[in-house]
Amino acid sequence: MKSKQIKIALRNCGHIDPERIEDYISYDGYAALGRCLFEDTPSSVTDKIKQSGLRGRGGGGFPTGKKWELCAASVSDKKYVICNADEGDPGAFMDRSVLEGDPHSVLEAMAICGYCIGADEGYIYIRAEYPLAIKRLKIAIAQAEEAGLLGDRIMGSDFSFKIRLKYGAGAFVCGEETALIKSMEGNRGEPIMKPPYPAQKGYMGKPTNVNNVETFANVAAILNRGAEWFSSIGTEGSKGTKVFALAGKVKNVGLVEVPMGTTLRELIYEIGGGIKSGKKFKAVQSGGPSGGCLTEKHLDTPIDYESLKAAGSMMGSGGMIVMDEDDCMVAVAKFYLEFIVEESCGKCVPCREGNKVLYNILDKITHGKGELSDLDKLKNFGNIIKSTSLCGLGQTAPNPVLSTLDNFYDEYYDHVVNKKCAAKQCRSLITYRIIEENCVGCGACKRVCPAEAISGELKQKHLIDQETCIKCGACIKKCRFNAIVVE
Amino acid sequence: MSCSEKQEQIKKTIAGICSEFNDDPNELIAILHKAQGHYGFLPKEVQSAIAERIGVPASKVYGIVTFYSYFTMEPKGKYPISICMGTACYVQGAEKVLQEFESRLEVKNGQTTADGKFSINTLRCIGACGLAPVVMIGDKVYGNVKPEEVKKIISEYK
Repeated sequence: MKSKQIKIALRNCGHIDPERIEDYISYDGYAALGRCLFEDTPSSVTDKIKQSGLRGRGGGGFPTGKKWELCAASVSDKKYVICNADEGDPGAFMDRSVLEGDPHSVLEAMAICGYCIGADEGYIYIRAEYPLAIKRLKIAIAQAEEAGLLGDRIMGSDFSFKIRLKYGAGAFVCGEETALIKSMEGNRGEPIMKPPYPAQKGYMGKPTNVNNVETFANVAAILNRGAEWFSSIGTEGSKGTKVFALAGKVKNVGLVEVPMGTTLRELIYEIGGGIKSGKKFKAVQSGGPSGGCLTEKHLDTPIDYESLKAAGSMMGSGGMIVMDEDDCMVAVAKFYLEFIVEESCGKCVPCREGNKVLYNILDKITHGKGELSDLDKLKNFGNIIKSTSLCGLGQTAPNPVLSTLDNFYDEYYDHVVNKKCAAKQCRSLITYRIIEENCVGCGACKRVCPAEAISGELKQKHLIDQETCIKCGACIKKCRFNAIVVE
Repeated sequence: MSCSEKQEQIKKTIAGICSEFNDDPNELIAILHKAQGHYGFLPKEVQSAIAERIGVPASKVYGIVTFYSYFTMEPKGKYPISICMGTACYVQGAEKVLQEFESRLEVKNGQTTADGKFSINTLRCIGACGLAPVVMIGDKVYGNVKPEEVKKIISEYK
């Protein structure tokens, strides 16, 4: 599982005690910050980050050095550095691992960023659902201040930098930087139009640089080992590594950090160990609710920002959910849309209303009431929502639907025309039936049926009444004679 | 205790919480976190006390409480059951686990049982995808939960 991995963002996780600053320091901790303050200028440090080719790991992939440069160029008496730790993407937990396992790497990088852009204050916007990460960050901040590595006149230099925590309260849209800033100011997390970009007018109306946890976790390593070293890893347009939360139907689940350019096949089969219980691979979903589902034919796609986008998905924050033949792609698309409908902030009409329309159509299809024209509607509405929504959430929300429509059109067709769900997930489209030849009349299914839908005398053939059957599947689990089938 | 006395007491507690944050409206979310930590939920009376104290309209406080999923206006059960509905849990059958809890406790997602013992909620990923599907009761985490095990899990708290 380890051979293909290179650890940069996760370099210290599991190797150091995150509650002891001495451990971090003994692994070159705060050395990069020290060199920046005493041997380097803000613009030359920013140049190094630019040369390394580091791009935002939160989803967008914007070049980090460029972002710092833009914020540095804004003239203001006050600026802010914000670390986006509002990891709300279901199926992704790399930021939590970094914050819990190596909190100082984020603090050090934030201070370096502050030095580069000219800020003396930083905030970590963190999910309230991550109590351990919050505890470790508080300890880390206190220890760094105690040691003079954060706070006033760091290491005796003229540079001062303080870091505080702000808590999120469970809103996916707050991952979008303008919404995050609104939330930090004590408002509903509703995005605003860009420009002005946060680099010009952000938190409290001041120039603000927002980076995600994993992005920051790369910074000190780049400065310690050199921009050239970092840019030697990865592909032409995507440098370094990416952490993925590999989950779903693979044998080995968990966090992995691989060089950019690793193929999906290597990730799923070599690192992930292939599909569980000998089932057949069906799809891999990356990029969370904003991403798409890729199939068998995409398995040799190298993982980098451009290739994933070209294939119809996206890098996103790093969730990687593997699905097998038992997963219904229409139901999966519906699952993501349900999430989006709940998480849409409601500010702009295309996202608020449009996604509801998509959800209702998908719901209709999974209940066997879909028509062929619904598939065109999904596509049309999806494209309208993409092109007219205000923020990144709405602009990417239809991706799970559009990508499954592209890659699994037959499955949609089967649902609407033949009223069949091959994965046997859509309850309205399946029936449970007893095979007479196999049934010995033991009565086990009859006893377990919560709807009393099964009739038959002991030692006689049993029968399922389709009208009363609620399709819970309890009978099939109880039957020891393979006498019940799902069709 | 009469109604107005109760309201007076709430005002006093809220004044204490708000003053920790200098009555700053920019700290509204932090204040709500603290208030929910104290009361367990954020009923109307608490919301209006906060609004009055920091000088913002009650509608703004209500708007925030209803916007963020972490805040609740309903008291939770003694044993709050949280079922993860993240993608990894979903593909491993979290929906069936939820249905089993709902039918065994005879309440729907988001509700609390009549005796106040259990409440059911769904979460969006607690970052334990390797253990999917995951259920949390209070601070205790149950991994790889199968619908058949729900009965046994509930009986631990009866």
